[in-house]
Amino acid sequence: MHKFLDKNLSFFSSLCAIISGLIVGLIIMLITNPAEAFSAFFTILTGGLQEGLISISKMLYDAAPLILTGLSVGFSFKTGLFNIGAPGQLIIGAVVAIIVGVHFTFLGIFQWLVALIFAGICGALWAIIPGLLKAYRNVNEVVSTIMMNYIGLYLAVYLVKLVVYNREKNESLYVNANAVIPSLRLGNLTISFSFIIALLIIYIFHIILTRTVFGYELKAVGFNQHAAKYAGMNSKRNIVLSLVISGALAGLAGGVIYLNDIGRALEVVDVLPNEGYLGIPVALIGLNNPIGIFFAGLFMAYISLGGFYMQIYNFVPEIINVIISSIIYFSALVMLFRILLERLGKRRNVHG
Amino acid sequence: MDNLYFLLQQTLYFAIPLLIVALGGMFSERSGIVNIALEGIMLFGAFFGLLMVKYIQDMQGKEVLDNVSRQQLVLIVGLIIASLAGGIFSLLHAYASINMKANQVISGTALNLFAPALSIFIARSIPFTNYTQQVNFRGKAFLIKKVPVLGDIPFLGNILFQQVFITTFIGFLILILCYIIIYKTKFGLRLRACGEHPQAAASAGVSVMKMRYLGVIISGVLAGCGGYVFIVTTSTQYNATVSGYGFLALAVLIFGEWKPVRIFFASLFFGLMKTLASAYSGIPFLANLKLPSEFYRMIPFVATLIVLSVSAHKGEGPRALGEIYDPGKR
Repeated sequence: MHKFLDKNLSFFSSLCAIISGLIVGLIIMLITNPAEAFSAFFTILTGGLQEGLISISKMLYDAAPLILTGLSVGFSFKTGLFNIGAPGQLIIGAVVAIIVGVHFTFLGIFQWLVALIFAGICGALWAIIPGLLKAYRNVNEVVSTIMMNYIGLYLAVYLVKLVVYNREKNESLYVNANAVIPSLRLGNLTISFSFIIALLIIYIFHIILTRTVFGYELKAVGFNQHAAKYAGMNSKRNIVLSLVISGALAGLAGGVIYLNDIGRALEVVDVLPNEGYLGIPVALIGLNNPIGIFFAGLFMAYISLGGFYMQIYNFVPEIINVIISSIIYFSALVMLFRILLERLGKRRNVHG
Repeated sequence: MDNLYFLLQQTLYFAIPLLIVALGGMFSERSGIVNIALEGIMLFGAFFGLLMVKYIQDMQGKEVLDNVSRQQLVLIVGLIIASLAGGIFSLLHAYASINMKANQVISGTALNLFAPALSIFIARSIPFTNYTQQVNFRGKAFLIKKVPVLGDIPFLGNILFQQVFITTFIGFLILILCYIIIYKTKFGLRLRACGEHPQAAASAGVSVMKMRYLGVIISGVLAGCGGYVFIVTTSTQYNATVSGYGFLALAVLIFGEWKPVRIFFASLFFGLMKTLASAYSGIPFLANLKLPSEFYRMIPFVATLIVLSVSAHKGEGPRALGEIYDPGKR
């Protein structure tokens, strides 16, 4: 039992975090409206399946940016860096994608692809500054990426107002039809290319980390920067590259979100897009593992959809964000679950 | 001249909440705990403080609402509630980062996302706020037009004692108190020791755990208070956001190198930038430059990055900041 626990401890604590977060949500729902709390809670749990294939299509669509930001945060985690700058990289990617998507009509049917590529490149450029600061000036990446988030936010607002402004709605213009990410339709099931791109990147991520020297070095730097340096690895280069790749993924997520035809445009407000922060729980629940992140992204999209359907019970969908932030909080409490599980293990051993 | 007074008054409105929140952050970080949850705690405090204000103001008649000195009492009651709410909320961060040795950035992020979600959920679930996420209140009622006698002092009187909120004086009081506590008391010395070298502090008989708990709770109380002050003095409506002010306060804290007096000047500078962002077109010299308002809003963050890139080498800031306390380490 003990060995089994040790091996799967992180998986169990991740599971415990999800369950605890859901329980917090349930408790708050029970306090506000005890009569309908359980039916609403059940709707959250069955969120992604309410309307069969239609809901599944929606879930896959919402999951793509979440998986990408999750990969972004997870990739930097692997190098021991905390990229809390995903929201900034995402908004920069978003605004660049929108600019290309609105104005570069000469690209024809490749417009969406070029917009996405630009989004990724600009997200990467946005992350290169904290990367260089970390590598060469020893500036804590958490602080510098937070600063970059707000610089990015104001830059994005400025650019929107400058070139792609929809004054009436105080948001960006809608992108051209050719700039909308296409999707495959199989009857009621719709799979957006953004989801396929996310899958592809998971595969590349996996290959980089397990099959290449670069991936090995990244992980080595993450485990012990000094040891990696001693072994002859260029830890400075690896730090910069790790943040750059992380930024590219976040920028890509920005493109994926705003190259749509469902009427979502970039609002001119003082608030960073939530999707950027949601990469953190996705990476945490997914244990920084590409496949884990895939399922975590799906899960996050699934319960968010549940929150959407739950509104018929007079509950405010924000309860989903309460649940998600509780999950983040509980996933920080790894030690608590470790102690609990070990006690559980001991008791079993005594009885057995 | 009126323009200048207006500019400086506005700067104070924006600088005081920054000052209060950054001073709060100072207590947490000086004890060794990273607190990026300032944004969430500000929002949490502001929400409950303003619910209280709305509750009281809704019951009051017109004469009472027009009576500025009686409204100050309402303001103070809200302030106390906001500070309490902030302090209680910060316990979550303290528990995770001190007892559970959790990653302090993760726990802080959780609080930042939790606060707006909970406040929107509550506000939209209760009839008191008409099932909307906004909390409306009468902010104008708190404005002191002119303080008797002091308001007549030339220049200073115009800036500090005319068109002023009582929270400005509270802000200065907090600054003085914080300075004394952190530099002139045993508690301050112990708290700083825990942020520099907790093992050494522990060997001198200081309870690192207790000090860090106090550091985080003080930061929560001040962040809650600052969030409330921010909304009360610059708005008439709470709308589930403090517009990145908590992160701006974090920049103030770093720009001010974790020292109270420098934090004060940093908050004035950042407050001025915020004011210029909205008022630059009224100043002929700046209007000619034609810089967009976003430019002024970026400056604090850019400046902080520059300061960091210059000073991070020297190892400014508490040495044990963000490190998990391990009593066995030497």
